[in-house]
Amino acid sequence: MIAAVTVNETRSELTKLVRLPAYVIPTLAFPLGFYAFFGIVLNAGHGVASTPAATYLLATYGAFGVVGCALFGFGVSVAVERGQGWLLVKRASPMPPAAYFVAKTLTTMCFAAAVVALLGAFGAAFGGVHLSATQWATLAIALVAGSVPFAALGLAIGFLAGPNSAPAVVNLIYLPLSFLSGLWLPVEVLPAPVAHLAPFLPTYHLGQLALGIVAPGHGSAWGHAVVLAGWTLAAALVAAYGMKRDEGRAYG
Amino acid sequence: MDDTAPARLARVTKRYGSVTALQSLDLTVQPGETLALLGPNGAGKTTAIRVLLGVISPDEGTATLFGRDPRVAANRRRVGAMLQVAGVPPMLTVAEHVRLFSSYYPHPLRTAETLALAGLTGLANRRYGDLSGGQKQRVAFALAICGDPDALILDEPTSALDVESRRALWEQIRSYVARGRSVLLTTHDLTEADTLADRVAVLLDGRIVAEGTGAEIKARAGGSIVRCSTGFDDARLRAIAGVDAISRDGTTTRIATHAPDAVVRALYVGDPTFTLLDVNETPLEEAFLAITRTEPALAAGERS
Repeated sequence: MIAAVTVNETRSELTKLVRLPAYVIPTLAFPLGFYAFFGIVLNAGHGVASTPAATYLLATYGAFGVVGCALFGFGVSVAVERGQGWLLVKRASPMPPAAYFVAKTLTTMCFAAAVVALLGAFGAAFGGVHLSATQWATLAIALVAGSVPFAALGLAIGFLAGPNSAPAVVNLIYLPLSFLSGLWLPVEVLPAPVAHLAPFLPTYHLGQLALGIVAPGHGSAWGHAVVLAGWTLAAALVAAYGMKRDEGRAYG
Repeated sequence: MDDTAPARLARVTKRYGSVTALQSLDLTVQPGETLALLGPNGAGKTTAIRVLLGVISPDEGTATLFGRDPRVAANRRRVGAMLQVAGVPPMLTVAEHVRLFSSYYPHPLRTAETLALAGLTGLANRRYGDLSGGQKQRVAFALAICGDPDALILDEPTSALDVESRRALWEQIRSYVARGRSVLLTTHDLTEADTLADRVAVLLDGRIVAEGTGAEIKARAGGSIVRCSTGFDDARLRAIAGVDAISRDGTTTRIATHAPDAVVRALYVGDPTFTLLDVNETPLEEAFLAITRTEPALAAGERS
């Protein structure tokens, strides 16, 4: 029964988001547009070290894309559903609470997969990106799985931010984090202080994890994965605190 | 004690900071009964409902649904709830909402049946965001009944509805009760409580201050306030049959009465300086404060 509810819940979440232009356009069109502009049009023939720009930026804009899916999908939707009382209706129903969170995570991963597929198809078709089948598969899995820490971060934002301020809070975290981690421009070309700061940000580790698949170097994949797991745990603890705090509060 | 009562609060106390929302509240919905929890805004009705549904925990006492802890999701499968909320996701259609909630229950109604019972036939494929206020409220009712629950818990189901929508929802609640189900509903409208409920419990400041049939509660609370200007002193006013209480504010006199017509007639006849300002139903809060002050024997506690 729990599995059936989770499937239904996921289908509803997907339907809700697909019908919401305010979610679909930023999460799909922005990464694709940025990648097309910076990765393909502007940087044709350029590269970072021996890696062509279109390949390098496929990894980093892929990371940028999945982080956006997770932060907006979780942060904004949880803040709105909590702040307007819908979460209360769910909690008063017999829905198993885990179904709500698992469904949102699966939904985020579906959108993350869509972003990665779009960028990959675009890069292969117009950017001359050549990867082995193993590289394509590993990149896709790493990026889709890499949305999970940011889903946890989004959940924490969703439980701490108000329904009206959540989109602003998400943007304030998402955009600087992406820039400072080298997801827009390679971290190698950023000023030195920024490059030193980057390893403290979770987005940097997702970017480097993805880069390590398509290009030589970029540190230990397991090292990045462990840091991301740590961020997941920390964000989940903050979210749990926010949820607990929320339960004691009365609305209306 | 009957441990399988559809819904029970036993000595429940709930505080928010320094505010005590519920004070050692006892409340039991018997099988097959419709119980109205009547009270003014801020009396604690919504808190009582939320404790009963397990979304908030009481500071003291226990809440049970069919003898079980409502904080466990599976223990809510015999109950459908309607809360006062605004944030129903607007992008899903009526049928999509109903199908999702139906999947939470072991033996739900067919979607078409739920829609028919809630008066939503023909709106199945309409998005929630495109519905009128009355239609939205009917969706909330549909989500409460779709699981074919043995008990319904409805928090102010008709608040903010126009007269016609309110009557329609009353009919839908009644037809659900006719299937042998139990209902707990909150309202601040005495007429609604009297129309729908077998039994009415009056909640004031987190306590039950009166309990009885709708007619009994109405007889005790259903007085009027006559506001007027009169030359009669208190003694002469008290001599008029039907006068319950008098208060004065400058030149305005407020007379609480169960027989406003007779009182007004007597004043017109006896007092040439009499001017009538208006006649209103006694506000519920005032009526029940009066009950608790003057008739402590009638206050809650007699019933367990």
